[in-house]
Amino acid sequence: MELLVALAIGILTATGVYLLLRLRTFPVVLGLSLLTYAVNVFIFASGRLMSGAQPVLGAAEAITDPLPQALVLTAIVISFGMTSLVVILALGSFLNAGTDRIDIQKPGEMPDAGR
Amino acid sequence: MEHWIVAPVVIPAVIGALIVMTMRYDVISQRVAGLASSIALVAVTVALLVSAASGNVESYELGSWQAPFGIVLVLDRLSALMVTVTAVLGLAVLAYAVATGWDQRGRNFHALYQFQLMGLFGAMLTGDIFNLFVFFEILLIASYGLMTHGGGRMRLRGGVQYVMYNLAGSTLFLFALGTLYAVFGSLNMADLAERAQQLPEGDMALMRVTAALLLLVFVLKGALLPMHFWLPNTYALAPAPVSALFAVMTKVGAYSVIRVYTLIFPDTLPGIDGLIRDVLLPASLITVAVGIIGILGGRTLARVVSFSVIGSMGTLFLAVSTFSEAGVAAALYYLIHSTLAAAALFLIVDQLRARRGHSALRDQAPMPGAGLLAAMFFVAAIAMAGLPPLSGFVGKLLMLKAFLAEDWWVWGFAVVLGTSLIALVGFSRAGSTLFWKPEDASAPAPEPYEAEAGAASPWGRAVLGMVLALIVALTVLSGPVTRYTMATSAQLFAPQSYILAVLGTPEARAARLAADAEAMAGHAADHGDDTEHGDDAGHEAEDHGPDHDAETPATTQEGH
Repeated sequence: MELLVALAIGILTATGVYLLLRLRTFPVVLGLSLLTYAVNVFIFASGRLMSGAQPVLGAAEAITDPLPQALVLTAIVISFGMTSLVVILALGSFLNAGTDRIDIQKPGEMPDAGR
Repeated sequence: MEHWIVAPVVIPAVIGALIVMTMRYDVISQRVAGLASSIALVAVTVALLVSAASGNVESYELGSWQAPFGIVLVLDRLSALMVTVTAVLGLAVLAYAVATGWDQRGRNFHALYQFQLMGLFGAMLTGDIFNLFVFFEILLIASYGLMTHGGGRMRLRGGVQYVMYNLAGSTLFLFALGTLYAVFGSLNMADLAERAQQLPEGDMALMRVTAALLLLVFVLKGALLPMHFWLPNTYALAPAPVSALFAVMTKVGAYSVIRVYTLIFPDTLPGIDGLIRDVLLPASLITVAVGIIGILGGRTLARVVSFSVIGSMGTLFLAVSTFSEAGVAAALYYLIHSTLAAAALFLIVDQLRARRGHSALRDQAPMPGAGLLAAMFFVAAIAMAGLPPLSGFVGKLLMLKAFLAEDWWVWGFAVVLGTSLIALVGFSRAGSTLFWKPEDASAPAPEPYEAEAGAASPWGRAVLGMVLALIVALTVLSGPVTRYTMATSAQLFAPQSYILAVLGTPEARAARLAADAEAMAGHAADHGDDTEHGDDAGHEAEDHGPDHDAETPATTQEGH
């Protein structure tokens, strides 16, 4: 299980970083989403990996740490809100500027202006 | 003072929500509520400052949850100083925005402004590192709205850059916190500080990773090289009053560095061994140089000022990276000063745009009322460049004095003094082009790169004058202020009082543990349950042994 989780985090992060380094808004938004998935799984792993354990003390023999689950919940809510915000903002910027490039070039040299 | 600690977070949260829900279409009541809240915040934070000046560290347990488990807000000299600076600047900038009509350029300015203040205060007061992340997010979400306030093509594009940069930063913060929790099994800063002292050697590599990741996140907020790329576009393209408020947002990064690397990971901690200083020192030296050279290269006043903010952040981090009492005290004084100076310069940019329509540095027709504005620019530029007699000079003098104790003092002297000269040249060039040179019709048209301005109202200039008066006051009162920052610094380098205030004395803790164990025994008897559970259950169990196990259920009981 450790290997599987580690691989999942690694692949998600690598893909996320790769997409983040693109210059268009859509890949960057995707990359940010993948990074947030990666970090959510990572926080889970920080409370030690257990299978079939409950986060309630006294309910079973094997218990798992409930705090990372609460942290992940917070992180999911925040990253979900942030993703929707950045999508709206990117859309507004695209409709206003006519380009979805992230880098700001000097005026007059936007090779791919126009939609 | 007990419950007042939470007031700087609660007041803007309530007022902000009220503005959104009940005053959406009523300009006057929005303004009244926003200004009233900001005035109340200044009053509360000054009271907190007076209370903290005695040297007491006060901890406030939210919902009465015991310290290492629940979230605490902590008021010590450093956080009291930071919240007061923020509240005063917040009031001044809000008054400016109201006077120049900036708040009516788009919707929800006042609500976003209150939420921004709430995030700032929360980040400065919290004693829990995950809560720090949450407040960072609150202040960032509000800042996204404020940054794109009023809209416009270039501003939206700048906003996209800013948001994406910070989202990547937030993700990094979460990775850092995940690692931190895996190493320490706690998120309370005072608890972390204790555990870091007794960390087994095998965990030290992971702790170093945590410390380095957190540093990256904080210097991203503080715009230290190479994490500064978001700043020039954001500050130049945001509405100028918002940029003036953002002057304190970079300082949150500096605050977090000072807090975390004096409390949790002090430079002498086994396993850290000067790691932070080795990274922070060269990075801040280069940041100062890059920022100040940017002053020479900027083609609009807005960009010139943005780069001067980078330069001042570099100077600030340079003083912090001494990690000595004198160095941090100088950094804190310079922090107050550079916040005010940057805010004043951005408001001047706005007044300039109101007259000219842009702030491009090129020769053009004289403008009405240029004399007063030129005088104000002169004062603010002197302050920013660090020339006598204003507070920038005092701050840099304190810094140089602190550098004398370091073995790299030659570098510190060369960079601080050299860049002051270059900044002076850059600001003289900008000022003389803007205010003195005659019109030159053959000059190329200014770049359409610019944010629109507020109205050139006399009230706006009055507020601007008040910000400058604050800089003068900081200079005149540099004696008491320096004494306060020295005391703050001394408190920071003796974190025992902080830990004691949050976690209680060892005897109190032992008594509480005993009471909890008793309560838990009662709980177990009630349910006829076997409370024993494996030690492999959680990481915390490994670290803290039986006492920790006993404490967890007892605190959950309290909640019922």
